[in-house]
Amino acid sequence: MKLLRELMFPVAAVLAAFVVGGVIVWLVGDNPIQVYGLMLGSALTWPDGIGYTLFYATPIIFTGLAVAVAFRCGLLNIGAEGQLYTAAFATAWVSIKLGGVVVTGMSGVPVQPWANLPAVVLVPLAIAAAMVVGAAWAAVPGWLKARFGAHEVITTIMMNFIAVGIVSYLTQYHYRTQGDPIMESAPISEAAHIARLGSFIPGLPARLPVNVAFLLAIVACALVYVFLWQTKWGYEIRATGANPQAAEYGGINVRRQIVLAMAVSGGLAGMVGVNEVLGYHHRYYDSFSDNYGFAGIAVALLGRNHPAGVFFAALLFAMLQRGGIPVDAFSQHVSKDLVQVLQGIVILFVASEAFFRGSFGRFGLLKRSKI
Amino acid sequence: MNELFNLNLLFSAIRLATPLILAALGGMFSERSGVINIALEGLMLAGAFTAASMTYYAGSPWVGLFAAILAGAALALVHAVACIRYKADQVVSGTAINILLTGVPALLSGAFFLSSGSTPQIPKEHLIPYTPIVVAFTLVPLTWYVLNRTPFGLRLRAVGENPEAADAAGVSVRGMRYTAVLLSGALAGVGGAYLSIGQSSLFTRNMTSGRGFIALAALIFGKWRPVQTMFACLLFGFTEAVAIQLQGVRFGGEEIPNQFIQIIPYVLTIVVLAGFIGQSRAPRALGIPYQKER
Amino acid sequence: MLELREITKRFGEVLANDHINVRVEPGTIHAIVGENGAGKSTAMRIAYGFYTADSGEIVVEGEPRNIQTPHDAIRLGIGMVHQHFMLVDTMTVAENIVLGAEPGSAASIDLRKAAKEIRALSDEFRLSVDPNALIHDLSVGQQQRVELLKALYRHARLLILDEPTAVLTPQEVEEFFAILRRMREQGKTVIIITHKLSEVLAISDDVTVMRDGRVVGRVKTSETNAAELARMMVGRDVLLRVEKPDAKPRGTVLSVKNLSVTTDGGDRGVREVSFEVRAGEIVGVAGVEGNGQTELIEALAGLVPPSHIGGTVEFDGREITRAGARQRYELGIAHVPEDRHRRGLLLDFDLAENSILGVHNRKPAVSVGPLLDLAGIRQRALEIIRDFDVRPANPDLPARALSGGNQQKLIIGREFEMRPKLLLVSQPTRGVDIGAIEFIHRKLVALRDGGCAILLVSAELEEVTSLADRLLVIYHGRIVGEVDPQRTSQEEIGLMMTGGRKEI
Repeated sequence: MKLLRELMFPVAAVLAAFVVGGVIVWLVGDNPIQVYGLMLGSALTWPDGIGYTLFYATPIIFTGLAVAVAFRCGLLNIGAEGQLYTAAFATAWVSIKLGGVVVTGMSGVPVQPWANLPAVVLVPLAIAAAMVVGAAWAAVPGWLKARFGAHEVITTIMMNFIAVGIVSYLTQYHYRTQGDPIMESAPISEAAHIARLGSFIPGLPARLPVNVAFLLAIVACALVYVFLWQTKWGYEIRATGANPQAAEYGGINVRRQIVLAMAVSGGLAGMVGVNEVLGYHHRYYDSFSDNYGFAGIAVALLGRNHPAGVFFAALLFAMLQRGGIPVDAFSQHVSKDLVQVLQGIVILFVASEAFFRGSFGRFGLLKRSKI
Repeated sequence: MNELFNLNLLFSAIRLATPLILAALGGMFSERSGVINIALEGLMLAGAFTAASMTYYAGSPWVGLFAAILAGAALALVHAVACIRYKADQVVSGTAINILLTGVPALLSGAFFLSSGSTPQIPKEHLIPYTPIVVAFTLVPLTWYVLNRTPFGLRLRAVGENPEAADAAGVSVRGMRYTAVLLSGALAGVGGAYLSIGQSSLFTRNMTSGRGFIALAALIFGKWRPVQTMFACLLFGFTEAVAIQLQGVRFGGEEIPNQFIQIIPYVLTIVVLAGFIGQSRAPRALGIPYQKER
Repeated sequence: MLELREITKRFGEVLANDHINVRVEPGTIHAIVGENGAGKSTAMRIAYGFYTADSGEIVVEGEPRNIQTPHDAIRLGIGMVHQHFMLVDTMTVAENIVLGAEPGSAASIDLRKAAKEIRALSDEFRLSVDPNALIHDLSVGQQQRVELLKALYRHARLLILDEPTAVLTPQEVEEFFAILRRMREQGKTVIIITHKLSEVLAISDDVTVMRDGRVVGRVKTSETNAAELARMMVGRDVLLRVEKPDAKPRGTVLSVKNLSVTTDGGDRGVREVSFEVRAGEIVGVAGVEGNGQTELIEALAGLVPPSHIGGTVEFDGREITRAGARQRYELGIAHVPEDRHRRGLLLDFDLAENSILGVHNRKPAVSVGPLLDLAGIRQRALEIIRDFDVRPANPDLPARALSGGNQQKLIIGREFEMRPKLLLVSQPTRGVDIGAIEFIHRKLVALRDGGCAILLVSAELEEVTSLADRLLVIYHGRIVGEVDPQRTSQEEIGLMMTGGRKEI
């Protein structure tokens, strides 16, 4: 019953968003039912649809978790985008520098690697690099907030742009292969590649990009749950978010929690780099993120900042993303940009929870959710 | 070296600062009333797209400009209703609008112009390359006057600092905030319009490329005050102008990385927020929905 | 002048006003008295349009009126000074006063004209307020006069004052009453909300008494006395005398020497305070609220940054002046905070989670490594709920769902459960129903008899005098005397609390 109550509202928000989205589709001259059918059909076919849906879900599970952890501490991490860029670059950098890859960059002088590590060492190191750099990038706004009271929303936005600038500089001037017209790093060591699920799951073709990072995302959901609700650290983070003055009274160092929560959040966001670099592109690819950081906000909100909710909300958005591709090809007027529109509307509705209280509450539909 | 820093650079800085000033002044109204507006980016996109399409259809930039104002205000109304009526988290609502507006123009241009994200070219005689500049720089003293010398400004500031006090004095907190957010949408809409029918001649996908956020940064850098904010916009416009000029320029065989100049506004804003250069104090009630009955 | 007829207002589950009737004659000072939470403020906020009543009628000067917003009330000549001042700190006195009723045109405020009018009003009522001063530079008393001016500037004929004396020093109260009398002479009507009976008797013409959201009586001030009013307010002859054996104090547990605490604003909240608390005794701190009690307790609980503290604090022979809250908990100092919603509880957390706040980082709350022992926590929460009679007895409920008394019992249970050597307890029974008050008092005495040292702060003089074995009187951040609560009269203590007498 409690679960049902928790579910009622997000489901209502999604349905409302689909209705509004449908109206838009209809206004621009397509049949909404046909378009939605096309999307769902494409996202749920086996194996391609589902394989891609899971692949698309992976990064936004991580960013959704990232936003949720920060949110539980009362912080809005708008900076997952910057955190995942720096982290992705870091994981590529480790996979190049310690993976025995010689880079001939812009200067034309080959730069030698530091080591040529085998996969067993290299992959964990590359993953650790993603988490550490993501965490560090997020800890900066956390520290700025704890130390100076600088609002994390503004600082994380600024840090996003700074991240993009620095990483694109490094890519363009130091790690791009000379003559490569695309803004991307040199390919990483093959030892750093992580396996696609299709390579060991029977029936799933190995051409589908969903990889081990998806399994890591599931593990992350479980770990975040345990961390938040079953450890003293999570208790302290949540207490800080619920009432910082009471937390202080309970002997909790509120400032430290702010930095810690941001760091954990950034580490999770950084895991996106593992999916993108080690699992898919096998190089750092400039501006690869399809607004994952912002989608993470939608996912976290829709998932009620709970790991299980985040997981399912991410699947939903991934389905939309996958479903957007045939929309481009087969519908007359609607493009896959509909996905962004739906995302935006979902966030608006989820944020305006009172809207459902007000209008649906009157009909007794959501009355119970008031506790 | 010298030929880089010439009059051209100054004009280019002014041109680049114009959309920032318009959006930042818009953001100022909203934020001084207590409503965070990180939706400036989306509002500018709405203005830019609407201005380009309507100018194309109507053949008149004035129709386009007017439509951009309406579009900005209409979109801001969504933000206002979410934040004021339904007490949504203002940052989240703003983010939603930004995400929405990465999709809507592309969706509409796909439907109307059968292109993926841009509008058709507008003939040169239908562009307004100068008017918005004049408007922006006129609005700065005007905004200062409105904020500091009129009943509207007094009420706006009171609502942003202490809404309860304003309410007790008979000022409608909601009314002020709705007005302020709508104004911010209208101004950001003009800022966006200048991008598509002033600086260039069509709308392209994501053509604001973060200017809404730079405007927000300028607003904070300018401590939520009109004149300081204008100077912040000029500074940020200048850095952008320098970045453009330096593209491909070499000093002693070394190319100057553009990225470092581009991130200057963001670094400066963080520095200011951290209190390293004076204090930037936000309106006290910023971001807090006004709740009367507890 | 003003009449409320059958006004009813409900907040969620709470019936704040239950068909109340209040009639205020023009040209009088009318007191509305009642305990905290009796519904006085709600009724007046309805009259001022801050809240709208669920049912009932407001009659102003004989005409039924629809007052939906403060704006409506202002138009009808009603002004209100709220308990928490409604002033914008960063603006000037004049700007605050004209806000919402600006002179001049829509294009330009005529602040010069405003300043002139404000000066005239200020002189008329002898308020001595400078229209060009910034609000945050003014003293509390001055800010209150700005509030009065705000109402007068709007030509208010009826002024509603919500607990106006709570923040004033005794001298300021006298001045303030003089202003009120002057207003009455000018034909204004004044409603004063208060729970201080001495003030009611000193200033008012008529009294309406409220209890539990209802009006329980209306009398002429000249025809009543404090005892009668008190009976009406509380509903019974309360003299909550606590039955307790004499204390058997043992060694010193807490020793405070020359403790000074600076507030965030830079004022000195506590000035050079020295005292001791021994095991097995309750030391009470009596004082008018806002005289440094909050700062004192927060400093002893480790909630004030060390840079704001001067002097030394010793606990069990160890210096702990600079120790943080966690370290103090670990040493055995428990703390029942004065404001349970602000400090004491995580309202959205369930009772089990609330029952470990402060001890969540060690055994028995923690099992292995950082992992919490969830089953054990729930079990212990059930024990606290049982031992301290917390209702409803469901550890999975959020703290928010409990009444104030039950929330307080949960906090007290949590703090007692850690078997402290020293308990800092502040306003233990504020907003708590009578039954729970007695329960809490008994528990405090029992804890004392178990050998705990207790430092008790309460704004209820009755409470500190009946519970404490020794009583310190605090005034203006200083301890102005120590008395034996059994042998000192309330009047005497009251005098010390208001700075009337320095030493005993």
